Amino acid sequence: MSTTTAAPAPRVETPFRRFVAEFAASKVAVAAFFVFVLIALVAIFAPWIAPQNPYDLAVLDIMDGRLEPGSVGGSGIVHWLGTDDQGRDMLSGIIYGLRISLLVGVGSAVIAAIVGAVLGMLAAYAGGRTDSIIMRIVDLQLSFPAILAALMILAFLGKGILNVVIAIVVVEWAYYARTVRGSALVERNREYMEAARCLALPSHIILFRHLLPNCLPPLIVIGTMQIARAIALEATLSFLGLGVPITEPSLGLLIANGFEYMLSGKYWISFYPGIALLITIIAINLMGDQMRDVLNPRLKK
Amino acid sequence: MALYLLRRVMQSVFVLVAMSILVFIGVFAVGDPVEILISPDADQEEKERAIRALGLDLPLWQQYFVFLERALQGDLGRSFVFNEPAIQLILQRMPATLELAFGSMVIAVLIGLPLGLYAGLKPDSPVSKTIMAGSILGFSLPTFWVGLMLIMVFAVQLGWLPSTGRGETVEVLGVGWSFLTANGLSHMLMPAFNLALFKISLVIRLTRAGVRETMLMDYVKFARAKGLSPARVTFVHIFKNILIPVVTVLGLELGGTIAFSVVTETIFAWPGMGKLIIDSINVLDRPVMVAYLMMIVVMFVLINLIVDIIYTLLDPRVRLEAKPA
Repeated sequence: MSTTTAAPAPRVETPFRRFVAEFAASKVAVAAFFVFVLIALVAIFAPWIAPQNPYDLAVLDIMDGRLEPGSVGGSGIVHWLGTDDQGRDMLSGIIYGLRISLLVGVGSAVIAAIVGAVLGMLAAYAGGRTDSIIMRIVDLQLSFPAILAALMILAFLGKGILNVVIAIVVVEWAYYARTVRGSALVERNREYMEAARCLALPSHIILFRHLLPNCLPPLIVIGTMQIARAIALEATLSFLGLGVPITEPSLGLLIANGFEYMLSGKYWISFYPGIALLITIIAINLMGDQMRDVLNPRLKK
Repeated sequence: MALYLLRRVMQSVFVLVAMSILVFIGVFAVGDPVEILISPDADQEEKERAIRALGLDLPLWQQYFVFLERALQGDLGRSFVFNEPAIQLILQRMPATLELAFGSMVIAVLIGLPLGLYAGLKPDSPVSKTIMAGSILGFSLPTFWVGLMLIMVFAVQLGWLPSTGRGETVEVLGVGWSFLTANGLSHMLMPAFNLALFKISLVIRLTRAGVRETMLMDYVKFARAKGLSPARVTFVHIFKNILIPVVTVLGLELGGTIAFSVVTETIFAWPGMGKLIIDSINVLDRPVMVAYLMMIVVMFVLINLIVDIIYTLLDPRVRLEAKPA
């Protein structure tokens, strides 16, 4: 095959491009990615997409309460997914709820990743006593189920979006710390690290410019999975009545609100927010699965 | 071996002390212990008496020892709501939770092992692929939501199973158990299945991975070459060897199951420890919260210790590793 046309310079294979190409090899993962992007867009542009502002008490009409999916409310809006007990359009509630669920999930995962990565690198880089103290705390944290620890923290801190984020960060940083420490221990002895040390670079430059980028792949994989976990955890905590306040309902709280109407057969108040939650979590998990396969060097031929 | 065990026990004691200090700091130093431990309905005189009785007028480090001494005697305060010792309240509800947790373990094994075995033996069949896809779903499904859906389908629409409570119980050893009556079992089925959901997926994946690994082993090839029937190879040579990881992981999951029963018990109004703690949090019954926290910590340290010891007994590699250190 001869290419006579003045082809543009061959694309350089950067690690990122290779990652994208390998990620795209799985159609399921690509589909999951687009679903997730769609969900994120819906969440971000909620005020322009939702048929109703579910927090605006002026537009809510108690007469529209517990309408079945597809019925038309007093204000002329079609409630495709029905309404809850206060006459709130469920579709709008879900769109706004997604916002809060994603905010808490992504926010806490990112903060936990930062805390965990810094402590994990520190443990690997410093070694000795620092290492054993940090890792003892990690072990302790991991031996304790996340849901219980978060429950207790919230029981003492009280409700609130910020408190939920704090609780999730406290229970999840240890996963990142352990992962990052593991890869940092391997990277620490590579030549480029030796070279950096020989150049007498300051520690923070070695840590953040040299060590961190090379510990990123496993961190990204764990991070993706942990976003899904954080979203599920937040939903569970909110369902138990310990998470977000009633004024800012996440998907979990919407499900909890529908619980009491479930027994009288009004399923939609709990059902649809759960479906939204499910789709979000599955999309993230499928993406994470593929990323793990792509970024794990052991699985490559 | 003895040295390893001793060191492991010492570690557990250390964790217990560390956690007791954390709980103590949480209650006495960060929060206001008067507010946390003394009922808000108490009048001034009662309050002062309680402050003296709890040693809250002492310096902080002395207070810790008072707290520790009382905790060791099993005294972690009285519930505001029930006016009973908090520990007693929790212990009363523990059997219900344990029953549920073990029930879910049994369900996880009964469903997970056969499915995992099948998926491992015939990895390319469409049924196996469906099983594996289902196990991803089991990891992703929000458990509490599945619980609600179970109630909706089986209790509200089909009316097959009761949605709440424990049903009839039989007293054995002074404690009521649901699993001994048909009515109790029907009450237990949904919550136990709900709690088992995650573990079913886990067992499926572990079993499948174990089977696929074991199938390549020489002793399995040899057993086949010897002309043993496929059933015997599967159930004796393969099955026995995959049981070890499955049992270990399930043992480790026991703690998590007890923890997660908080959610399941709330959905199905199962009167266990988990429901008690959620109710206590909602009415700010703080002595129960503190007692529950301490109980859970003790329970977890014990479970981890026992799992480690059993592991050491089962797997000689762990023992060898511990020696030279």
